[in-house]
Amino acid sequence: MSILADKKTRLVVQGITGGEGSFHSQQMIEYGTQVVAGVTPGKGGTTFQGVPVFNTVVEAVNEKKANASIIFVPPAFAADAILEAASAGLKLIVCITEGIPAADMVKVYHAIKKNNVVMIGPNCPGVISPGKAKLGIMPGFIHKAGKIGVVSRSGTLTYEAVKQLTDVNLGQSTCVGIGGDPVIGSRFVDIIKMFNDDPGTEGIIMIGEIGGTAEEEAASFIKKNVKKPVVGFIAGRTAPAGRRMGHAGAIISGGKGTAAEKMEAMRKAGIKVVESPAELGSTMLKALEALKKKQSPAKAKSKASAKKIVVKKKSKKIIKKK
Amino acid sequence: MKIHEYQAKEILRKFKVAVPNGKVAFTPEEAVDIAQNYLGGNLWVVKAQIHAGGRGKGGGVKVAKSIDEVRSLSNEILGMNLITHQTGPEGKIVKRLLIEQGVNIEREFYVGITLDRAISKNVIMVSTEGGVEIEKVAAESPEKIIKETIEPDLGLQQFQARNLAYALGLSGLQHRNAVKFLLGLYEVYIASDCSLAEINPLVLTKEGDVIALDAKMNFDDNALYRHPDIADYRDLNEEDPLEIEASKYSLNYIKLDGNVGCMVNGAGLAMATMDIIKLAGGEPANFLDVGGGANKITVANGFKIILSDPNVKAILINIFGGIVRCDRVAQGVIDATKEINVTIPIVVRLEGTNAEEAGVLLSESGLNFEVASTLKDAAEKVTAILKN
Repeated sequence: MSILADKKTRLVVQGITGGEGSFHSQQMIEYGTQVVAGVTPGKGGTTFQGVPVFNTVVEAVNEKKANASIIFVPPAFAADAILEAASAGLKLIVCITEGIPAADMVKVYHAIKKNNVVMIGPNCPGVISPGKAKLGIMPGFIHKAGKIGVVSRSGTLTYEAVKQLTDVNLGQSTCVGIGGDPVIGSRFVDIIKMFNDDPGTEGIIMIGEIGGTAEEEAASFIKKNVKKPVVGFIAGRTAPAGRRMGHAGAIISGGKGTAAEKMEAMRKAGIKVVESPAELGSTMLKALEALKKKQSPAKAKSKASAKKIVVKKKSKKIIKKK
Repeated sequence: MKIHEYQAKEILRKFKVAVPNGKVAFTPEEAVDIAQNYLGGNLWVVKAQIHAGGRGKGGGVKVAKSIDEVRSLSNEILGMNLITHQTGPEGKIVKRLLIEQGVNIEREFYVGITLDRAISKNVIMVSTEGGVEIEKVAAESPEKIIKETIEPDLGLQQFQARNLAYALGLSGLQHRNAVKFLLGLYEVYIASDCSLAEINPLVLTKEGDVIALDAKMNFDDNALYRHPDIADYRDLNEEDPLEIEASKYSLNYIKLDGNVGCMVNGAGLAMATMDIIKLAGGEPANFLDVGGGANKITVANGFKIILSDPNVKAILINIFGGIVRCDRVAQGVIDATKEINVTIPIVVRLEGTNAEEAGVLLSESGLNFEVASTLKDAAEKVTAILKN
């Protein structure tokens, strides 16, 4: 199983004719994603790689039954594009665009939440359910269908974790890059809830970074609700305070949002926090093996005790016979 | 983006938010002229303008009671190396002064507006504990910080501003002035795409006015395109020259104190690479995100920036190729190394399509490369080089 994206996903690409949009649409189609429509205002009626292009998202929904959108439009127009997708009734919107003003996102966030829209991003690599659908810009070939859910604020660092999971043969159920901005559509908690409820996900990897308190929030949710093993990493232990480390959201301000605080909160919640990002895959493998051992001796024990009962019964019978 | 106090006050003035009268001076002569002819009166404040807090404690803010004092204090502060808790031990050279009229302070407060990321809404905070570090107040007596959450659809409401002004213990004219100030500050915050608007201290004068004695405003870099006037406030003197150079090449570079230069694609992976270098016993010299497509030009520019830092003794390149083919990245690295004539050792770790071919290309290039297969391997190789 997987979350968010699967074989039933019918994707509309907003900004399909732009540089990024066209390149990644091609890549998504090659991966096997059902890209059913594109939207570029003014280019309606044309096609891209055989995919019909419409002027509006509503048309894409009405004519091609699109049920999810991915957005590649430039930052100044991205907020509008998100609202258009939500207004057309789409419940899953992935926004790849980097550089959207935070004030725009504050408005958009609250507007779409009212309609139960799940938004991923902005400024993120997107969502992939390996072997099923890719709604994003991640390299498809490093993924492998499997049982670990990955959620991350980063892009290439996520690929690092994915590669390790593929190498240790665990694979991924779904990988979600939630993005590195201060205001994002889905936070760690939102995605971890989905992974927790997904029977196809046996373990969760969460990759955070400095800034904000989303990791702490997730840790407290995990402590209360999640029984599946969770392995975590926080990037930016060596980052100086007060400096924006690439992502608008990755900044330690007012002494808050340090890696040390986050790692502490996560450890207290029972998350296996790795010191090195190179150990994400192997730590998950160990955690799952430990879980199996924990479960199997219990089974062995109950079998053993069952045998004992049988023996006792037999012995009783023997006594009776005597 | 950060701006100077005097610039923030210029913006506040435009929105009719109360600030003391004052002007920027670049020389002691200008300072004297402003005090004598523009401001008048008999009490002035000479304030160093650098992008860091704690200027008063560091000796960068002084009161002058005569024109002669304005001159001597301006002479003293202009050009001084001001060290505060925010500048770091190296300090910052003062190149601009704000000359302001003196104010009769009755009480000092704090007010700040910023985004609360946990709820994706802006919050406005006030405190009666003005003029001190607000982080300290938050840590030691959080009950002294009073907050109002601002609904994005509605904006800051009158009643919220009234609540906050009452929380500051104000009434009558003072209360009305404070309400006006808070509503005005919120207007500036929204209209200018601020990420932070902080007035510390906000003062109540003996005359009953409520004015911004200091002003700190940070802006959302992503929104600067719609505020060219604010973008013009950028003061390159306040930034690291290497970081300015890097931004010209659209590289994201932040200088650190170590000796291992690193070049990585993606901010998260760049931070993680710094972390793993430290874990392997090395010290990262920088954060450098070269973005999605690492080609000959970006790598060459990255080299130029990294090598401008004399502390760098080795370079670690960590590129997760993704959709870009690794052999192309490798060729870019080879060409750039030849072009820039890099002589210090370079550890290269490329991952993604054609990673093996890329490794062969690098090994057979005859250049000073060490090829690493994993992130851990790369960090260990680079620290081993430094130890030898």
